[in-house]
Amino acid sequence: MFDGDDIRRWLTSRAGVWRQLVKNIDSLSSGNGATVEEALGAVEAYRGLARDLATARRVAPNTRTTAGLESLYGHVHALINRTPRGGMAGFVDLLRVDVPRAARQVRMGIIGMAMLMTVSALAGWWLIMTFPALVSVFASEEMIEHVEQGHLWTEGIFNIMPSSILSVSILANNIVVSVLAFCAGIFLGLGTLYLIAMNGFMLGAAFAFVHQHGLAHALFEFIIAHGPVELSVICIAGATGVALGDSIIRPTTATRRDSFEACAHLFAPLLLLCALFLVGSGFIEGFISPDSHFPMPSRVTIGLGYWLIMWALMSGRLFAKDSPDQARRRWRKFA
Amino acid sequence: MSRQLPLPTSDDQLTVHSVTGVDLTLSLAGPGTRSYAFVIDWHIRLLLAGAWLLAAHYALDLTLNARSHDALFSVLPAAIIYFLYHPILEVAMRGRTPGKRMAGVRILNRAGGSPSAAALSIRNIFRLIDSLPALYVVGLTTCLLTPNRVRIGDMAAGTLLVVDDKAAQQSLARVEMLAAGSRLPLDALDLLDQILDRWATLESASRVRIARSLLDRLEPTTGADELERLDDGELHARLSALLRNQGEAAGNV
Repeated sequence: MFDGDDIRRWLTSRAGVWRQLVKNIDSLSSGNGATVEEALGAVEAYRGLARDLATARRVAPNTRTTAGLESLYGHVHALINRTPRGGMAGFVDLLRVDVPRAARQVRMGIIGMAMLMTVSALAGWWLIMTFPALVSVFASEEMIEHVEQGHLWTEGIFNIMPSSILSVSILANNIVVSVLAFCAGIFLGLGTLYLIAMNGFMLGAAFAFVHQHGLAHALFEFIIAHGPVELSVICIAGATGVALGDSIIRPTTATRRDSFEACAHLFAPLLLLCALFLVGSGFIEGFISPDSHFPMPSRVTIGLGYWLIMWALMSGRLFAKDSPDQARRRWRKFA
Repeated sequence: MSRQLPLPTSDDQLTVHSVTGVDLTLSLAGPGTRSYAFVIDWHIRLLLAGAWLLAAHYALDLTLNARSHDALFSVLPAAIIYFLYHPILEVAMRGRTPGKRMAGVRILNRAGGSPSAAALSIRNIFRLIDSLPALYVVGLTTCLLTPNRVRIGDMAAGTLLVVDDKAAQQSLARVEMLAAGSRLPLDALDLLDQILDRWATLESASRVRIARSLLDRLEPTTGADELERLDDGELHARLSALLRNQGEAAGNV
């Protein structure tokens, strides 16, 4: 049994270690990389601190010593258990492993979202072709006026806003829409389905409206450079959102919360890649799409080329590592 | 004591197992602390964004029109500061922001470790849902309803907002100093120091009662009548003397 003197002796003998640890912990927490000695020192200090805390809880419960040790132990625990930053290698791994894995998991969902978008677009097309007056529900007065005068609303956009600013506002908007399509999956996937259906519906309605005024080709010309990637990203974000909803409805782990968390972590890399592609897409939409100097073949090449790069990345082919057999074969050929 | 402070209930604490076999107890931050940290951060980012706009306008002579070329260097950086403050700082500071630091909270993962950049990014993208329909109503409601006091973003990321009691670490040095020259029991020493520390904030009647009770236990040679005669100031002086000359006083215990 500890008596008062024992506790005091123990406390004064260990206090120096704690004091040093309090000093070290801040530098170790803020530093990007610790040396092996520092890391081993932290682990050793963690073990010692655990013993001290167990002792303090027993011999001096509800004292400041115990509270201080609890706090210190929590900090060292967080430090020891922190996830290392991957750096460039981590980013390459993300592209090589995490993104293709997530894309594979959600490929049926992407097809489903593409079908939903197509059906919604056809519905929007049919509605406006049948009831042209309803276009005022989807489009602003200014936009309707432009089209009725035989011009697309995108014409002369350079005169209103510089391309750089236009690109940034477009890419910010697209990223928000995609992230929202993913996050709306929390409402059991219904929020995402609504967002995708509405996007498809409005696209179909806009095409029907410009078609009635002989501008469908001009609109196609405008969107072909940025549209393939943009629409694909919306479908991907929608598919991940539905998967998120599905993870809550049909959990794959012990609890719905764990399932939701695992699903969010699985699809986060894919969403990051989508956001990066939307940045590029925004610049294409700001600089190339409204510029009449770009002929149709260039636009198609840019649009499809960019789309192919995206799919190559998603399938993992762009950063694929050789299998051992492939590497051996390549080496023999080289030798 | 006249009244006791409520001890944290199990709803406010989370026990995490560790490899050492000694469990870690985390104090969870509630909606109040969360809001407090957020409001501080909101003021900081608003001030920073505003300061940038002012500097861009007056020092760099740029226009603040969002549709002009100047917007790239005036409005855009201010928007980035305002909207990306949380994701950038939380990732860079490993789950902390200046507001969280001031409010005494930090983000941890459910194992008690510092969260990864991916987890912090997920936590931040779900702000879109948590902030719906306005003023973080969804997030705060979820905080009130969930056992670990988390918002949807925390659930998706697997993170927790915990109380970061840095002051408790600093008190270790004080306890060490007091214990070094004392023969008083550690809990008595701790209590004595805390009472003197909080003396000014306690009600007069309560602190007199506490002081008499403490002196009665730590200085049994002092008679009950003598203690009754001591007023507020004298009691404070006796307790201070006891803390200063613990060894001497403890010899009388």
